[in-house]
Amino acid sequence: MDRIQQAREATRSPKVNALGLEKTEYRARNSTLCKGCGHNSISQRIVNVAWELGLDQTQIIKLSGIGCSSKSPAYWLGGSHGFNSVHGRMPSIATGAVVANRTLSAIGVSGDGDTGSIGIGQFKHAARRNVPMVYIVENNGVYGLTKGQFSATSDYGQKLKYAGVNALPPLDICFEAIAAGATFVARSFAGDARQVETLLKAAMSHRGIAVLDIISPCVTFNNQPTSSKSYDYGRQHEVELHEIEFVPRFEEIEIEDYDGEVEVQMHDGSWIVLKKVEEDYDPTDRMAAYRLLEESHGDERLLTGLFYIDQSQPNLVEILDLVETPLTALSTEQLRPSRESLEKLIDSL
Amino acid sequence: MSVMAEEQLAPDSVATRVNNFNIKVATVNGSGSQTSNNVLIRSLFKMGIPTNGKNLFPSNIQGLPTWYEVRLSADGYLGRRDGVEIAVCMNPASVAEDMQEVRPGGIILYDEDLPIAAHRNDVRYFPMPVKWMLKEADIGAKLRDYVANMVYVGFLAYLLGIDLNEIRSALDWGFGGKEKAVTLNFDMITRAFSWAEENVVNDQPYRVEAMVGFNENKILIDGNAAAALGALYNGVSFMSWYPITPSSSVAESAMSYGPKLRTDPETGKPTYAIIQAEDELAAIGMVIGAGWAGARAMTATSGPGISLMAEFVGLAYFAEIPAVIWDIQRMGPSTGLPTRTSQGDILAAYYLSHGDTRHVVLFPSSPAECFEFAGTAFDLAEGLQTPVFVLSDLDLGMNYWISDRFEYPTQEMKRGKVLDADQVKELGGKWGRYLDTDGDGIPYRTLPGNSSPLASYFSRGTGHNEYAIYSERPEDWEANLERISRKFETARSMVPAPIINEVDEATVGIISLGSNDPAVQEARDILLGQGIKTSYLRVRALPFTETTLAFVEQYDQIFVVENNFDGQLQKILVNAAPAQAPKFAKITKCDGLPLAAKWIAESIMAHLA
Repeated sequence: MDRIQQAREATRSPKVNALGLEKTEYRARNSTLCKGCGHNSISQRIVNVAWELGLDQTQIIKLSGIGCSSKSPAYWLGGSHGFNSVHGRMPSIATGAVVANRTLSAIGVSGDGDTGSIGIGQFKHAARRNVPMVYIVENNGVYGLTKGQFSATSDYGQKLKYAGVNALPPLDICFEAIAAGATFVARSFAGDARQVETLLKAAMSHRGIAVLDIISPCVTFNNQPTSSKSYDYGRQHEVELHEIEFVPRFEEIEIEDYDGEVEVQMHDGSWIVLKKVEEDYDPTDRMAAYRLLEESHGDERLLTGLFYIDQSQPNLVEILDLVETPLTALSTEQLRPSRESLEKLIDSL
Repeated sequence: MSVMAEEQLAPDSVATRVNNFNIKVATVNGSGSQTSNNVLIRSLFKMGIPTNGKNLFPSNIQGLPTWYEVRLSADGYLGRRDGVEIAVCMNPASVAEDMQEVRPGGIILYDEDLPIAAHRNDVRYFPMPVKWMLKEADIGAKLRDYVANMVYVGFLAYLLGIDLNEIRSALDWGFGGKEKAVTLNFDMITRAFSWAEENVVNDQPYRVEAMVGFNENKILIDGNAAAALGALYNGVSFMSWYPITPSSSVAESAMSYGPKLRTDPETGKPTYAIIQAEDELAAIGMVIGAGWAGARAMTATSGPGISLMAEFVGLAYFAEIPAVIWDIQRMGPSTGLPTRTSQGDILAAYYLSHGDTRHVVLFPSSPAECFEFAGTAFDLAEGLQTPVFVLSDLDLGMNYWISDRFEYPTQEMKRGKVLDADQVKELGGKWGRYLDTDGDGIPYRTLPGNSSPLASYFSRGTGHNEYAIYSERPEDWEANLERISRKFETARSMVPAPIINEVDEATVGIISLGSNDPAVQEARDILLGQGIKTSYLRVRALPFTETTLAFVEQYDQIFVVENNFDGQLQKILVNAAPAQAPKFAKITKCDGLPLAAKWIAESIMAHLA
């Protein structure tokens, strides 16, 4: 090996994570979404976070419904099983899978049409059941794959080329989630890499359902500066509710004394620390979350941050009080009662 | 043409008629008559008498008329039979019609306070002083309506000679040994019995007598409970469902038997999950998610439910994910008659979803077969990696049937082609989720959580190649459908074979399915009595096995007996054997009732005439 080659090798020497894996090993197929799509940024955030946390991809499942957002799980964590299901029904697939195998970590990806329109029912029931999963809504306020129709989160008064003017008020994904009983509800902006990653890390450590409503501009159909889901709007109007810091459980927890900060311990022992910058906000107060969201509807702000968290609620698997062994790994003896039990039962009939 | 002239008893006949008549009890829905009727059927069963009970109930919680038909058949016929020899009238709303329905020579027991318009002179009347008896027994107002129905049990016990000990045992069984309830009800029964004994001259001809030789080694159970038990004994670990008549008792039975049968002895926790979903879309979605993850997963529903499941079933078909769907059929289209039986979902289930889809469908004909097919369905779903339907119906699912005892499953559960981490490693990069390595159309799958980094793949309902990668290439699409077609051909040799009874010199073949079986068997005896020999094939699954098609070729005429309007099984048969199409005649009825043998026999004879 000549010197030049050696030097090249040295510069290439990749950074590896706790599992000895390079970041590229957390990618999958190339994105087929539009260049500049907010969803691609979110995919990158997921890759970064999974790599940084040293997650074992084989123990993660990626689930989605139908739409641009729902295509994206093909672009990250190639080592994970993925399931691109039907429109608006990803939550039920996730529910069945995590109950069947409680050791799996589920990341669900959906869009505003997939969750807010066709899938609002399953979304709310997954929240109500506190299905242990990260539920990401890549929210661009428009139907992309079918080329520019309004979704349930489209702005009131929004104008689209063919659809005309939207005469209906939008649903607030976060508000709906909290009302349905979700135990971790946050919003961010696809272009805000640091906040998205911090929230993702916290979401992955959450005990139950973690809903992340990520405003993700559609560069093709809904990127007019007037749209609340555009890059321009997002950059100009994003107001962070608080700074968020996430401390993984494998790091020593050292938090400097800080005025007006809230620490929340996650189910797996890690911490999320919220540093209040704007106002006095307690994310464990459900009424405060309602008020905050309701008030934000009236002004010109894109409010981001962790709106609500409750680590005390059992998740669905805990509620079902199942045997510890995953249902998919039970032995024949556990799956089939004895011959004597059947004879006894039959005799009683 | 009547082939059952023996049924017409002369009004003044004194010949006793033992264990061979119909009782029809008319009550008000929600008045607790189910308890008294269950006591009746169970007592008769325990006396060894071949019997069936058909609950004809309205889609209503309380107030509308409801009927319970009990047929006693000394000859061992277990299908429904038309006609009423004994009417029990407890409902003012339907009493006039109920009395009119009784055959000449029959008897009518009735609550003496009912408004009786006209008396017939070809039947005998037995008024029952129900109100007076309740008062005498000092039954509180709250329980009065429920206990009132025990009066007719006591009267029937006296008139027909039903064993009071069996009645007592049946009450014990029904109330799970709750002494207070048993005593209260049994007391009313004995009061009615004694009153009748003292005050009624028993000059009517109908009698029951204990029998031996038929019910030994038999059980009395409904098909839905049998299905639930079969699932619990065959490894179900995930069940998701949405309440819908007549299927709800599948999941409810699993919930009631589950804790006893499937609690892990070490941890005391269940080895299964049952989730009541928000709708049928979520129910099947959860089943598919669980099946994808590797659990034995099932749902139970009825016609409207499978309509809602159509899109998801297509996904499971195309992404090749196991799922078991029990469809306890009721009358459609639409909401139809939710509490009436039908076999109208055969075509819908077989072809459910858009695009080119076909599914494996099983047709159990008895509780014992419901139990067995619960396991068969899982083996097929996992073996073929596809949704499998089990088509039962309200009659089989919700009524008590005398059934063979369930056979303990001795065969290992067939979990299908699943690769573990080591097997994936051995194959190196050569594994492809949809590669047809064995030539049978069935690919190998891996389960989420498989620790090999090479095991992952992306399930999707969109076009994909053999490596599960998105593809719109025409060749990939066609290759995939062709392979799935091969898989369907493979299924032909895996599904339960039909039950065939061939008779020498028979030129007529009968094909039927599911709960029609007892009525068809009886109809064949009636036809034989008229000199018509028939061979019989009971279809137990779709796709048809080769033997089914061979049977069709063998006979000049094939009658396809179904409880639906269009002759749906017949349509599928004609599709499978188009050259034989002229041979087929459909014998179909769709009126909400289980088929009766006499009607089947007469319909076939009308065709032959």
